[in-house]
Amino acid sequence: MAKRAAPEVNAGSMADIAFLLLIFFLVTTTMEKDSGINRKLPPMEDSDEDVVIKQKNIFTVLINNNNQIMVEDELMEIKDIRQAAVEFLDNGGGTDNDGNICDYCHGARNPSSSDHPDKAIISLKNERKTSYGTYISVQNELVAAYNVLRDKRSLELFNMSFAEMQKKAKDVNWVGNKERLKEQISQIKKEYPQKLSEVQQ
Amino acid sequence: MSKFKKKKDGGLPAINTASLPDIVFMLLFFFMVATVMRDNSLMIENSLPSASEVEKLEKKNLVMYIYMGKPSSGYKSKYGTEARIQLNDNFASVSDVGAFIASERAIKREEEIPFLITSLKVDKDANMGLVGDVKQELRKVNALKINYASIKGDVSRN
Repeated sequence: MAKRAAPEVNAGSMADIAFLLLIFFLVTTTMEKDSGINRKLPPMEDSDEDVVIKQKNIFTVLINNNNQIMVEDELMEIKDIRQAAVEFLDNGGGTDNDGNICDYCHGARNPSSSDHPDKAIISLKNERKTSYGTYISVQNELVAAYNVLRDKRSLELFNMSFAEMQKKAKDVNWVGNKERLKEQISQIKKEYPQKLSEVQQ
Repeated sequence: MSKFKKKKDGGLPAINTASLPDIVFMLLFFFMVATVMRDNSLMIENSLPSASEVEKLEKKNLVMYIYMGKPSSGYKSKYGTEARIQLNDNFASVSDVGAFIASERAIKREEEIPFLITSLKVDKDANMGLVGDVKQELRKVNALKINYASIKGDVSRN
């Protein structure tokens, strides 16, 4: 008997099967990556000695139970916080702990506001019924204030915005001196350190 | 008898669909690779706030998630309407947070532990009181790196 060729498998329904799977994965896919505002909590240390910080070096932001925002004992809208924080941080009215004056500050050098960006602290307080949405909005504005100053400074020094520098430092395809870039980033971070404290009730 | 029949006039020739499965498979593989399955089914309302200064969380396997928000409609009768904490697939109280962090740390490799980030996925209508309690709890177990999960957007939408 003649050897018969194996009958061909009908592949017509292959597309249907593939479509079925495709639709399943289309439906279950979530493309978005997690993003958010990174913060570091202060470690739990009950030290007895309180660090004395001059009142003028603290920028207090309080959000009360009705989501009203009080900045330095004055009621303020969310949109004005960024500018107020920038002015406070960039004031440079005095010297840092080593006695250096802030030669890169563009602020008003008001002696009754912060001494040096290194000493300036933003303290964010909230009450128990503050809504989380408002809290994040305020926190976002405060982080934005730091970013504004860092961007300005890095444009001055390195002709590149701070965000761009950070993006390049992460980019594996970037050709250039990464070591130097990282040094520059840490220099900017040192000149405008992010001292944002979230006060626990 | 002619060996070659003349083609019939009219009637379009059928399009060859043999490569259709290939095309579909290509798409399929793309979506399979890009898919991230939800590992927790949410029992709470969770509409995240918007912020413009967000940073991306790069390493997914180093992130622990704590969800907070009002119980969703199916659970309202049982758990009330106040914002609650969800850990994995269960409602939890503030005191469970420490144990949760410990159990998450236990399944990670030891060298990864210092790099773990706790992502707080909090509904924007939740109260800060609850969030503050959780933060306090996180400080107790020394899980200090946190991330307030938020969507990139304008703050005016909060």
